[in-house]
Amino acid sequence: MKDSQPGSHREIKKTQMMVYEMKVQDVMTREVITVRPDQPMSSLREVLRHNRISGLPVVLENRLVGLISLDDFIGWLAEQQKDCLVTERMSQKLEIMYDDDPLVVAIGKLDRTGMGRLPVVDRQSKALVGILTKGDVIRGLLRKLEIDYEEERLRHHYAGQILKEIQADQTALFFQYNVPGQDFKRAGTGSSRLKRTLKSLGVRPDIVRRIAIASYEAEMNLVVFTPGGKISARVQPDRIVLEVKDGGPGIENVDEAMQPGYSTAPEWVRELGFGAGMGLPNIKKSSDGFEISSQPGKGTRLKASFLLREQRDEAE
Amino acid sequence: MKLDEVREILEAEVLVGTDIHTIEVNMACGADLMSDVLAFAKSGSLLLTGLTNPQVVRTAEMADASAICFVRGKKPPGETLQMAMRGNIPLLTTGLPMFESCGRLYEKGLGRGSGWDEGE
Repeated sequence: MKDSQPGSHREIKKTQMMVYEMKVQDVMTREVITVRPDQPMSSLREVLRHNRISGLPVVLENRLVGLISLDDFIGWLAEQQKDCLVTERMSQKLEIMYDDDPLVVAIGKLDRTGMGRLPVVDRQSKALVGILTKGDVIRGLLRKLEIDYEEERLRHHYAGQILKEIQADQTALFFQYNVPGQDFKRAGTGSSRLKRTLKSLGVRPDIVRRIAIASYEAEMNLVVFTPGGKISARVQPDRIVLEVKDGGPGIENVDEAMQPGYSTAPEWVRELGFGAGMGLPNIKKSSDGFEISSQPGKGTRLKASFLLREQRDEAE
Repeated sequence: MKLDEVREILEAEVLVGTDIHTIEVNMACGADLMSDVLAFAKSGSLLLTGLTNPQVVRTAEMADASAICFVRGKKPPGETLQMAMRGNIPLLTTGLPMFESCGRLYEKGLGRGSGWDEGE
């Protein structure tokens, strides 16, 4: 069984790992409906019916003092006694969880006690911080599995991998985005679309981030200084090449423009948090290769390449 | 540190975002210059800023920031809120000034020992 179904076996092992790693606070319900000990029993009818729940923590000044269940309520109804306080009927034998308990402890306790819900309290202050049901545990585990699955799916779906499988002397995917000039509100739309595209292709997140930053800085330059231009990305098996072209006005002195802090940006751009002369240096810094050429009056062309190799050392 | 804890420390109000209990914040970056954020902030950072234009949200999106907190009680315009909702980036606002916001988070241990890439 174990060997014939390696997939499901692995998944079970993973769930086992998760119940040790995840904490009660990761899955519990935080909005808890509570009652006070000095509330009349008759007032429970509405609370239980309206919220469709089978039990309520009884709380006095943030501290958990008991639990009152639907059974307690029915018992009280059946005895047809006159109204009394919750404190007289509540159960004080409390099974509780701490919010930093691992999930595995909670599952064991739910199972052992047969309780439908366990109040969760803060270990230090002993204040009630949530409630845990079996449903919460299952939902929490499923959510975590779903996130992990999505991450794994993206890794397998890696763009470089697809490109390597294509039989050709040269292969590339090509995307292009048109950037209108002077439209500050929409600035960044192209880079945002490029980023999402690269992400869905499964390009490694840290590389996607560097490309997005370079593209966004370049897009800002197009919007602020030019009548508009185009951003394109060529995804090759070993690298992604970002190219940004515009129709003017060009840069007089490219070396000067590459100096950090050198800027010709108008005041309104600076007020919005850009135009401090960091754009081009930032693009160069995020990329693995950078070229720029410009002709005053004609336009500027910028090329930045990003290698699809192993993790780039953050400290390099 | 979870974003909910950040909210508590900064006595902040949540403007956009529902998942603040699960969103993790590794670092904070206080800046009014978006190019500095793009150049130096690490992914998973909280961006503290006094600017409220929509490009702040774009910057956070590009730099993989976990959330944005506006300081000095600033409230962003509608287009900034809309962009944050579309991009799924939580927005908070605190009445505290930038200096105290950063100070409080640092004091509570956010981002200790993983400073900026000064060497680059």
